[in-house]
Parts: sequence; structure tokens; C-alpha cells
Amino acid sequence: MGISVTLTVNGKAVTAEIESRTLLVDFIRTRLQLTGTHVGCDTAQCGACTVLVDGKAVKSCNMLAVQAQGAVVTTIEGLATSDKLHPMQAAFKKQHGLQCGFCTPGMVMAAVGLAGSMKEPTEAQIREALDGNFCRCTGYHNIVKAVKDGLAEMA
Amino acid sequence: MTDTTAAKTATRPAAKPTGPIGARIERKEDVRFLTGAGQYTDDVTLPHQSYGFFLRSPYAHAKIRSIKTDAAKKSPGVLGIYTGADLPASVGGLPCGWLITGTDGQPMKEPKHPLLAQGKVRYVGDHVALVVAETYAQAKEAAEKIDVQYDELPAVVDPRAAAKPGAPAVHDEAPNNVCYVWALGDKAATDAAFAKAAHVTTLEFINNRLIPNAIEPRACNAAYNRSDESYTLYVSNQNPHVERLLMTAFVLGLPEHKVRVIAPDVGGGFGSKIYLYAEETVCVWASKLVGRPIKWTADRTEAFLSDAHGRDHATRAELALDKDGKFLAMRVKTTAAMGAYLSTFASCIPTILYATLLAGQYTTPAIHCEVTAVFTNTAPVDAYRGAGRPEATYVVERLVTTAATEMKIAQDELRRRNFIRTFPYQTPVALQYDTGDYDACLDGAMKLADVAGFAKRKAEAAARGKLRGLGYASYIEACGLAPSNVAGSLGARAGLFEAGEVRVHPTGKVTVFTGSHSHGQGHETTFAQVVADRLGLGVDDVDIVHGDTGRIPFGMGTYGSRSIAVGGTAIMKAVDKIVAKGRKIAAHLMEVSDTDVEFKDGKFSVKGTDKNVPFAQVALTAYVPHNYPLDKLEPGLDETAFYDPTNFTYPAGTHICEVEVDKATGQTTIASFTAVDDFGNIINPMIVEGQVHGGVTQGIGQALLEGCVYDRQSGQLLTATYMDYAMPRAADVPSFKVDTRVTPCTHNPLGVKGCGEAGAIGAPAAVISAICDAIGVKDIEMPATAERVWRAMKKA
Repeated sequence: MGISVTLTVNGKAVTAEIESRTLLVDFIRTRLQLTGTHVGCDTAQCGACTVLVDGKAVKSCNMLAVQAQGAVVTTIEGLATSDKLHPMQAAFKKQHGLQCGFCTPGMVMAAVGLAGSMKEPTEAQIREALDGNFCRCTGYHNIVKAVKDGLAEMA
Repeated sequence: MTDTTAAKTATRPAAKPTGPIGARIERKEDVRFLTGAGQYTDDVTLPHQSYGFFLRSPYAHAKIRSIKTDAAKKSPGVLGIYTGADLPASVGGLPCGWLITGTDGQPMKEPKHPLLAQGKVRYVGDHVALVVAETYAQAKEAAEKIDVQYDELPAVVDPRAAAKPGAPAVHDEAPNNVCYVWALGDKAATDAAFAKAAHVTTLEFINNRLIPNAIEPRACNAAYNRSDESYTLYVSNQNPHVERLLMTAFVLGLPEHKVRVIAPDVGGGFGSKIYLYAEETVCVWASKLVGRPIKWTADRTEAFLSDAHGRDHATRAELALDKDGKFLAMRVKTTAAMGAYLSTFASCIPTILYATLLAGQYTTPAIHCEVTAVFTNTAPVDAYRGAGRPEATYVVERLVTTAATEMKIAQDELRRRNFIRTFPYQTPVALQYDTGDYDACLDGAMKLADVAGFAKRKAEAAARGKLRGLGYASYIEACGLAPSNVAGSLGARAGLFEAGEVRVHPTGKVTVFTGSHSHGQGHETTFAQVVADRLGLGVDDVDIVHGDTGRIPFGMGTYGSRSIAVGGTAIMKAVDKIVAKGRKIAAHLMEVSDTDVEFKDGKFSVKGTDKNVPFAQVALTAYVPHNYPLDKLEPGLDETAFYDPTNFTYPAGTHICEVEVDKATGQTTIASFTAVDDFGNIINPMIVEGQVHGGVTQGIGQALLEGCVYDRQSGQLLTATYMDYAMPRAADVPSFKVDTRVTPCTHNPLGVKGCGEAGAIGAPAAVISAICDAIGVKDIEMPATAERVWRAMKKA
């Protein structure tokens, strides 16, 4: 029943024997103890589990760990370098784009995932692009501001 | 001791801050949340961890004929399976913290709320058995092998249907499913006023049932330690001390000092994590039997099924006016669902936190409200953001809006003709408002919303085939729960104090231990701002500890927008004690009388001289003195204070919503939403604005999107996933226009009122009134989905 999987997570090569049914999010949270990636629904609706897989924002509750074989995965823990926040993290902090913090890692990863396709998006485009991520605290107002700032900083 | 009571000043926009209070300081807690270092309950994994899964009722109402667990017990990895039959007789049911006495003088019906079903299940999701196994998957697999034989019974899920004779009985001891019939106000005076009214406005509506949906599902991790016979419970909860008190003293009978409850980072609460739930209680009890820590985390559908829901009122409301639009009286009759069992605060929500707010911002001289609380075969209903006050505001503001339309008086004008302008003001429904300036918020909101330019925007929208409408809500809330003697006289079974401890370390750095709990509100920043401001320290020199009964003396927790007003004041009182003791130490060091010493800008100075000692030197002297007046003063600089407020606080404001409705589809778009609120003094405007944005979005969610639906026949929850329950997403709401006006609260030293619930209180009435204005109907049911709006347009 065990199956071997090898992937790169936050710059480190990882090889592990896992049950084939293991979800990527459970692999990240339980096996790698990277608990910054959260589970808010388990049906790919809330987006709290969003990580980057080969640079693309992916809901890790909706992907098996074995599907990430050979992939480069970045979680929220891999975003900041040493003591410096990633520009998107810094923008969320500056704009008060988070309250309870639970949706935040997924929201930030989803926002970082927009960088390739969106340089100077309008407010409406940002709101549309964040359709896959719930936040129950902020009413999105400051998240939209943060994403706009973060994307500008990343460009 | 310095008098920190805020002076009453004229209404003003928030002043420019001179110290940390009032400054837009970025949050201290953010870095851990932004880097994945937050520690939520499910992130905690203990040595020898085991996992729990709850088998739940698939029926809304059924007798349990038998439960066979033999096959399940043999399932791989199973460590234990527990049903209602395994609970010792000494274990009590989950308690309700508020006793409501009915109009018949009898106490409310309080049927036992068992930890695990005892012979009957009463809602879909009712907890039947706990399975503990090596892994979560194994526990879930084993649960599927438990054989429960049910005899299904007829169910009732609608509160109006439940109160009708012949409805299925949820509890044998509650005839007609009535928990209580309760009333407030002068019925004779109200009826007399209606008899002479020139105009009566009547509305009948449902305040839709909502499911709170904090994005972090409820979770717990319970561990028993054999070495000292103690328990540690991690739980996603808003008030760990209350959780511990209720669990140990009223349910499990454990010694309170042997139970430590830790509510670490909590991913949103909105009321739903105030309560003592069965899951964590059963896990604590079973952790000793299993001999291993048990972790349970709800999946989303479990959260939909078993978290306490909110609202669910059916109301008939009438407003009597004279010919000039002066309010003469209000008469309200509400049926409120309690669900299958009474949750921790369920009984006080549609009574004490509802009927008492029906005066709103107005001088209505006579008000009468009767509330019938009924049991239904649904999840329990309790406080959800606003808790009773959104329902009250919806009654008042929908009546006022409809009356203005019917009498052809401008919305703002009718409100102005009835605003309370003299304070303190005693309402006819028990509360005494201390201060406020309702004109200031209405004026501010109308300006910010550009009401003057509405006609032009409406015409422009009409040219595009869209209908524009404007809706007002001038709300009031009672926050800062609560003056304990008042709460006690109204049935609260506990006082509602708050505690704070301020520990000054030898270097002058400070740790504050607060009984309030932050689950998004930013207390680690705002409370630090308050303490830093008062002690002349940097905000980074002050750390706030919350959410741990093992470290904090006591606490009643966070709900009802009480944290800064009650928790913050307790801290201020402790800071006052620190300063008072510091003055004595400084006086000794400077060899003067302590009456000659004043504390300002972080220094203890001799009045009228430049002689001083800094705060840090006093702190060092307090702990490691060579020279200290040991005969007169204890060493150390660590003070605890309790605070019991003397009144509620009364945040108020005006929200204005502008909608655009698509004629062809009925789709409503929020074109703009403006909120001008009076929260008293403000500690951190950035955080306050964030609270308003979030609250307004939940209110818009209630008005346009969210609605909990149970099937009327089977009692199945039809909205048990995010595919079926419409949560507001980023594109459903606009950016908001928010501002504040300030009338400081008169009875707490910070002059603060609280801001956490206002958005959810004001928004629903503003949105619905805007839609009614746009499409020209009297009323429309929440959530005003495209289909409902389209049908209403067809009928109009």
C-alpha cells in the first residue's frame, strides 16, 4: 500500500513512503510538519490550503501527494527569505489584509500565483481572481488593497 | 491614582493621536500568521497522539433502538468507542448560562443536552458515538462499522410550525415545543398608543438562519497526564476560562485546578466558538480512558451540521406614528428557534440582547415585545456576530424605512424627527443610553455616500436598464457585556467581569495577561497600544498573553464587542495599580513624599522639578533592590485587576447601501456601502476599519447570499457544504466607505464602546431597504437572491 514520492518543498528535496491516498495537504501538514497550510473545507471551495506547485496556485486538499511527484512545491513557510517578508506578505501586513490569519496563507499563495498573469490589475480583476479563496473576517476590502500593492511590488 | 476617565467632548471625527492610542500601528501578530508560524488547535500534535471521530445522527428525529459496536471495535487501529451508555450517571448535560423566566412566572424549559445521545437523536448531526483510533482515517472507517438501529420520528424544523399544536414534540417536557414565552415593555401603553395612531406600518418577515462559518473548523486536542492527574485541553474557543468552568463544575465534575484549557490561535469565531460543545467535553472525558491525547477536528460539513447557528426568527412588527411621523409605539411578536437543545447562551439572544434594543436611536415612548422560543429538530441556535441586535435593528430600521415610504417622508427626515438627543436616555425597554450623537453619524454617512448625487446615478443606471436604490440603517447596539448586577437581574447565571494582569519585568518590559481572547480582533496590538501609551513604553515593549487558563488569572472571554471596553478597562485598572506602586518606589528613590511624585511620559518626576527616575529604573528597583522600603512596601511590580462595567456601551451609527438591480435577471450588485459609526474613542483606526469591513460583509451575506435550509419533511440540512451555502466571495462585495464620529463612552476610562459587531448589525436592513427602494416593493425576504428579486419585480 505504501508508495514512494519525491518532490521539492520550499527548496528542499523530500522523499517519503506514503499511503497512495494521502492528500498533498496532509502530506505537507502531517509528514512535513509545515502547519502553515490550512484546511478549511476539504472540497476545494475555501482555498485555505493553497500552495504553489511548479509556480501555479493549487488547492492542496484537492491533489494527491503522489501527483506532486517531481514537482517544486512552495508553501507559506517558503515565501519569506531569512528575516525579510516576501513583498506579498509585507503588503498584507501593511494593508491589514488579515485578521484571524487562518485563510491568510492560502490567500497569500493565491495572490502570489497571480503575479505571472497580472501586472497592474483593476480592483474588479483582483476580486474575480480571488474567487477561490474565502475570508470570513476582512470583508476582502484590505485584501484587495494588499494584493494590488503586492503585485505592483513583485512586477 | 490618575483619573483616566475620558472627558465628555463634543462629537468630533477621531483626533490625531499623540501617542500609541489612536495610531494606525501595523499588527504585532501578523508576522506569525503571514509566515505560517501561527499555531491553531489542529496544528498541535502531542506525543502519542490519537484521533477522534464522531458518529452523528443521519436523522432529524429518531429513537435509538440499539447501538452495536463489536465489529467497529475490531477495526484496525481502534483504541476506544464510546456511546451515551458509557457515560457515567454523574456526568451532566451541557448547561445553559442564562435563565429566562416566562410571562407565566415559570422558568424556561431546560431539557437535558446530553454529551452523547441518550435513547434519542434530535437533529441531523446530533452526536451519537466517539471513535478513537491511531489515525483519523481509521477512526472514520471504524465509525462506518457501528450498527445503529433507529426508529425515525416525525421532525419539525420551522419555528412557526413547531409552535403549532400537533407539531412533533422535540422534548416531552416542552409542550408545543415552547421553551418560554417572554415579554418586555408596557403592553397597555403600547396598545393605547396604537389605538390613537394616525398611521400604522406593519411588516411580517423571517430573519434567516445563518451558519457562522469561521474558516477554521472547530477542533480540540485533549490530553490526560497520569503523573499529576491533570488534563490539558487545546480548543478553538473564544473564552477558555468559561469553557473550563462549565466543563469541570457543571458537566464532568473534575477539579477545576486540574484542567488547563488553552485556546491558541483561533481562526475566527463570530460567536460560534463561545460555547461549551459536546465534542471537546467528550474528548476530555475519554482521554483518561484511552490514556492518550485525542485530537478531533471538524470537517466542513460537520461544522455546518453541529456548530451553533444564528438568527432564525419569524416576526410580526408594527410601528404606530402620529400624522407628523412621530413614533408613538412599537409592537413586536417574534418566534425564535432554539434548535434541538439550549446552547450556552441561547436563551438570552432573542430576549435580553434583542427586545432591549427595539428603541433603536429613537424616542419611541411605548414598546412591547413578546418572544416565543421554540425547540426545533435542528442544530442549536445561539449568538452569531451581533446576536439579537442585528435582529432588533432589522425590525426597527425596516419599520422606519417602510413608514417613511408609506408616509412620503424622506428617510433621513423621518429619522431626524425621532432621534434621541438628550443623554442619558432611559428607553422603555430597560436600557439607559449614556451618550451618542445620531445626527452626526447620519449627516456623515449621507455626505460620504453622496446621497445628493443619487438621483443622477439612478438616472444613469436606468439608461443602462438597471434599477438603483438607496437604503438606510441607523442602528444601535448594547456592547461591553455586561454590568453583572443588571445581567443577574435579567437571568444571567454568572457575572460578566473581566480580569487583567500587568507584569512589569525587572528591565521595564511588560507582559499583560488578559481574560479577553483574540481570534482576529488584534488584541496583541491594540491592548499593547493602550498599555504602552499609559506607561510611556514602545508598543514592542508590551506583550499580550491570552487564551490560556494556565497563565491568566481569570477571564470571561471575547464576545458582544466587550474586549476593549471590559477587558481593556481591567488592564487599565491594573496599570493604575502599577503606577500607584511605582510612585511609592520612585518617591523612596528620590527621597520625597509619594504625593509629590507624578508619572508622565514614562518617568516618575517630583512635581515642579526636573528630578525624575525612569520607569525601567523603578521596575528594576522593585525586583532587585539594594535600597527599598521593605517595611512599607512589598517588592515586585505585578498587579491584577478585575473590572465590572457599570453600564453597557452603546455604539451607534448610520449605514447607507446603494444597490443596482438588473431588471432582466434580478441580480443585485452592491454599488456602494457607507458606514459612519460612533465607537467612542478609537485605539487603532486601521483595526477598527477592518472590523467594520468584515462585519458589513457578513451583513451583506445575510441580506443577499446566506441562508441555512433544512428540508421541511426530512429535517436534512440542505446547505451543508460551500457548494450549497453561499458565502460572500471577494467579487460579491465592493470596497467600503467607512468613517467614524466620536462621543466617548462616559463610564469607562478609555471612553471606548466596541466595534466588532456593528457591520453585521447595520448592513442587512440597509441592503434590503435599498433593494425595496430600487424595485418598488414593500419588503423582500432574506437572502434576496436573484430569483427572489426577479419574482418580486414580476409581482410588483
